[in-house]
Amino acid sequence: MSVDFAIVGAGPAGMAAATLAAELGLDTLLIDEQDGPGGQIYRAIERTEGGASTPSLLGPDYLAGQSLATALRASAARYRPATTVWHIDPDGTLSLITEGVGDSVAARRVLLATGAIERAVPIPGWTLPGVMTVGAAQILLKTADLVPDGRAVLAGQGPLLYLAALQLARAGAPPLALLETAPHENYHAAARRLGGLWAARRAFGKGLALLYGVRRAGIPVRHGVRGLRAFGRTRLERVVWDGGEIAAEHLFLHEGVIPNTQMSLALQLAHEWDEAQLCWRPRVDEWGRTSLPTIAIAGDGAGIAGAEAAVLLGRLAALDAAAALGRLGEAERDRRAAPIRAELARERAIRPFLDALYRPRRSVLAPAEDDTIACRCEEVTVGQIRRAVRLGAPGPNQLKAFTRCGMGPCQGRICGPIVGAVIAAARGVPIAAVGTYRPRAPYKPITVGALAGMSTAKWPPA
Amino acid sequence: MTVPQGASAASAVLLAGLAGARETAISGSGRAPYCMMGVCFDCLAEIDGVPNRQSCMVTALPGMRIRRQRGARTIDPDAAPDAPPSFPIPEPRSGGA
Repeated sequence: MSVDFAIVGAGPAGMAAATLAAELGLDTLLIDEQDGPGGQIYRAIERTEGGASTPSLLGPDYLAGQSLATALRASAARYRPATTVWHIDPDGTLSLITEGVGDSVAARRVLLATGAIERAVPIPGWTLPGVMTVGAAQILLKTADLVPDGRAVLAGQGPLLYLAALQLARAGAPPLALLETAPHENYHAAARRLGGLWAARRAFGKGLALLYGVRRAGIPVRHGVRGLRAFGRTRLERVVWDGGEIAAEHLFLHEGVIPNTQMSLALQLAHEWDEAQLCWRPRVDEWGRTSLPTIAIAGDGAGIAGAEAAVLLGRLAALDAAAALGRLGEAERDRRAAPIRAELARERAIRPFLDALYRPRRSVLAPAEDDTIACRCEEVTVGQIRRAVRLGAPGPNQLKAFTRCGMGPCQGRICGPIVGAVIAAARGVPIAAVGTYRPRAPYKPITVGALAGMSTAKWPPA
Repeated sequence: MTVPQGASAASAVLLAGLAGARETAISGSGRAPYCMMGVCFDCLAEIDGVPNRQSCMVTALPGMRIRRQRGARTIDPDAAPDAPPSFPIPEPRSGGA
């Protein structure tokens, strides 16, 4: 099978890109691992039954995803849900697996719209059952109307922490406490970036409404929390911090989101360290083009800017793909892009303020305690990583040979940012100098049966 | 076990109140879903006889059997098929290293 334009990921960027690309006459295929469109932010957006999808509960921002999904369904773009992309060739060939059956698609251009993942929050005890991410709590609410049964604590920082607290309260399960870890100096740093706020007044207003909503819901908020740890025998029993503790069955952690770079790293695209957002991101130009001419990236996967910006970036990438494939003149592409860019500038205006306000502490990236687990899969501790550095492991990939860190089922998705920061701190060099894991296909585990069942047209190689 | 339509197998595990979905291959410690979005692999479970599946990425269906993933998967030599594989294995190409 061959297509003009293959898009990986049906979140805001992917939905918007597919809809516009199809409208511009490109034979477009949108591939996504989930059952329905929406990505994580608009997860289960097409669900009509159930109490969680009511506007009063999840809020109007969530429901904005409905019009994107409706437009996608009405477009000529082909949409392939429940499909895992497990390899992408630099020439645009995608290896897929749907319900255990493998095949491949040749695309003239590929757009990665794989969005963001939550930053790992490696505290002592974070592998205990009962400790989850705040995003996980939201997904349970969006997809299954599930709220935590028992005492729940939210800890960390960022807008999502407050939004989730409010959503849980509206769903009848207010958290026992919200422990905010933002260091005090962040407030001063953020205040120095207030200059762009007139353009970002809408986003800023939304943030203030969130803070006010949490206060009005009566959720106790504790600021400047340090030394967070989770205790329990077989599951979470207590949440402890410097100067306090709470008995709880659930702890939801959040320290912001970072680009999901698994595929962009595996493709060996050029990446750079983003010191403002403290994460690696693929290097892209104003159209989302990467260092490989066949591959572009749109949305949070190329740097965190949020769902509204992702929609706009998806549309810019679709315009550029149409121009590259001869469906649109360059002048027309630029004319259509101009109003999108103006809106994008408004959406991005809040970012410097948010990045400064919610900048994680160094200890979130590189935990102080030696016995804290860094690699959840292979159960490698921070202390073991430091020891490997003393023995001569200079970077994440060499560390694998010393510790098996990053070689478990998640293939370094969770521990990658942690090991980079721990190695950098141990060596006394910047994280940018240490580099990243080099993930390889298959991006997700596949069975030998699915591999053997794939089309043999390209095998053996000539 | 009844779950809302569209809920994942991992949601079913949590709704059932189970302390853990799996035991790790290294120390055997109990783990439960952490990210619910296909990143962390801590929700691995045996679903309808297939081990090590990401239960957060599998939609729960009527009659689905979800079992705890205990440690690393093992291979049962008795379960290996006697018959040779049915697909052709290409001849090694001559020349070159």
